Amino acid sequence: MCLSQHFWQFLIPGITLGCLYALIAIGYTLVYGVLQLINFAHSEVFMTGGFAGLFVCQALVGTGKVPHGAQSVSYMLAGICCSAVFGAIVAFLLERVAYRPLRRRNAPRLIYLITAIGASLFLFNLAGKLFGRDKANIPDLYTDGVVFTVFGAQVRVQQLIIVGAAVAMMLALDTVVNRTKLGAGIRAVAQDSQTASLMGVNINRVISQTFVIGGLLGGAAGFLFGTYLNVHYQMGFLPGIKAFAAAVLGGIGNIRGAMLGGLLLGIVESVSQSCMSSQWIDVVAFVVLILVLMFRPTGILGQRLGRAA
Amino acid sequence: MSQIGELPARVRRSRSVDPRLVRLFGWLVLGALLRLMTVTTEGTSTDHLLVIDEAFKSPALIAWLVAAVAVWAVTELWRARRIGAAVTVHTAGVRKQWSTIADRDLSRKLSLLAVVAAAIVIPQFLSEFYQRVLVDQVAVFVLLAVGLNVVVGWAGLLDLGYIAFFAIGAYTCAYFTGSLPVTPPFVLNPFVILPIAVIVCLAAGLLLGAPTLRLRGDYLAIVTLGFHEIVVLFLVNKNNWTGGNQGVSKTVPHFSINLFGIHYQWTLASLPYWYLFIGMLAIVVFLFARLEHSKVGRSWTAIREDEVAAAANGVPTVRYKLMAFAIGASTSGLAGVLYASRLGYINPASFPIVLSISVLSYVIFGGMGAIVGVIVGASLLTFLPAVLQEQNLVRQEDIPMWVGAVLVVMMLFRPQGLIPSRRRRRELRLASEGIADADAMSEAPEGRQR
Repeated sequence: MCLSQHFWQFLIPGITLGCLYALIAIGYTLVYGVLQLINFAHSEVFMTGGFAGLFVCQALVGTGKVPHGAQSVSYMLAGICCSAVFGAIVAFLLERVAYRPLRRRNAPRLIYLITAIGASLFLFNLAGKLFGRDKANIPDLYTDGVVFTVFGAQVRVQQLIIVGAAVAMMLALDTVVNRTKLGAGIRAVAQDSQTASLMGVNINRVISQTFVIGGLLGGAAGFLFGTYLNVHYQMGFLPGIKAFAAAVLGGIGNIRGAMLGGLLLGIVESVSQSCMSSQWIDVVAFVVLILVLMFRPTGILGQRLGRAA
Repeated sequence: MSQIGELPARVRRSRSVDPRLVRLFGWLVLGALLRLMTVTTEGTSTDHLLVIDEAFKSPALIAWLVAAVAVWAVTELWRARRIGAAVTVHTAGVRKQWSTIADRDLSRKLSLLAVVAAAIVIPQFLSEFYQRVLVDQVAVFVLLAVGLNVVVGWAGLLDLGYIAFFAIGAYTCAYFTGSLPVTPPFVLNPFVILPIAVIVCLAAGLLLGAPTLRLRGDYLAIVTLGFHEIVVLFLVNKNNWTGGNQGVSKTVPHFSINLFGIHYQWTLASLPYWYLFIGMLAIVVFLFARLEHSKVGRSWTAIREDEVAAAANGVPTVRYKLMAFAIGASTSGLAGVLYASRLGYINPASFPIVLSISVLSYVIFGGMGAIVGVIVGASLLTFLPAVLQEQNLVRQEDIPMWVGAVLVVMMLFRPQGLIPSRRRRRELRLASEGIADADAMSEAPEGRQR
């Protein structure tokens, strides 16, 4: 059986990729929770994060040798923070410029979706125009190597860093959403925005904050993804759709569902590589998406942000 | 500030900035952005910030910023004058509508005649380049846009995999003319393939739509996006069937008539193809215009405006949505056959996802739901970039960026489009008052039990 042979070798990259999908999926699910709308342009938030990280790392590392020790750690943190901030800025502007006027006008959802698609097309082509259309590699911030092996599968430094950073961010998000006043606001708007506004929640501000949080995670994911593969003006498209599939798989509007769905999708996608040629990998996510929509449209953990968080 | 919105009385923050300054800042940012968008060079991966450098160091930036300030000043003056003025009167338009129905009918027929005559005569006098633009860009995309209008404009669904059906149509044509590595059971004339491609795309549309149209409408958008990706992956990876990235192995033959003693063979010349295309377009437009006010068209309107009410009145909403989706798909397939035969060469790169969004932007720009608007929108937005590109004013790679910008700007300021359908405009206005819907994006009422 093809599965058992290389299972572990494919599981480790699968978990790595899954954590990245989860980070992006959270952005979709948060916005969906408060606005009931797919933020198609979220993939461009991801792309922005990648480019921001690329520029910061190029400025920090320069053409010198690979940094090590405390230097690597601080560079890595600088990259993550900077890309997260830029992702958040783009997400915030997107909400301000594109979505808020529509919301004030009570536009039908078709209009939102078309705006989001247009914004996405505009942003990634603008990036392509400004920063070139070739793939760019983020300079090495640490020496990659094998740390240990699990059942014959190698675990690399890079994978540990990505998983560690992603898990830390997800834990932080979970705490913010469940324990803080800000999170309570988000949950309240997700549950019933009209009642929330009657209770004194400033809906517009909460929606802005939701976009910013999603943008922080998405931007950081873009940087991590950039260190894993490369940075490219169209890098957001496929991970974006896949992360959306992950969000639906976990139950759209449900944060823990998005985490679970992202992880599962990453693993399924990677492990299925042992059974089929890698050219067809991109199909897996869509097949999963269509199957979920057909048989369990509410996803694994159910839909509502307010109820499930 | 603007944050107050629909909230109950809330104290304004005392440190709020003068809104006029905020607007000035917005215009300045827009000016800088436009400067960035109009840079003629393109970035490279060796020096990522080259373009930004060039854009902001050239005097053109100052021109843009001055223009931004000027626009700001004019709008502020206008705003200041308007505050005192009375509310604009809405009723004038309504009175005018009813008085001239007879005149309008006549003038509509006359203008239709004029347009048809112009479409037949004018291309004769154009240069070969413009004839080619007319066929390869305008005609193909007008046909595509008219088809997508059924899905987006009339049924209120968002189909982002529209070009996938275009590809299916084109490859069906390539298959049955024996241009693919696999040999077909029989080789056919492209004319005969037209109905076959329509049926194939209809079936593909039904297959894709059946599971997804039951769900909320925004899922359809993403599933169709995925469908496009799958179709392209299939075309790329199934080398032995489709020729992979290299595309078709033999040239797809041109259309030809060989019937009742009439022999005619279309060639590389553009003009005959132009007449073939507008002939097809005329048929499609005639059929769709009949459809618009038929029972089916009225059902679409009902679904758009209030899906639950439509279902309660016995409109099988899922079936009609599926029908719109499949009709759109088959139109796209039809265009695909024409396209493949016209160009003779197709490969997976001929069908990028951006094309779907471009066609969407033509529909939106022209005015969704209005056939005339869609035709005008698609003609403008295909002809203009081709001309600008020819004059070296815009780079080809930048066109998707402008398409995206057009989409956003239209949605923000004129969602009903250039030449709106009156019904659609009314729906959008009612929706903003919270009375009705203007799309079919909610969950299908009969699909809800699942």
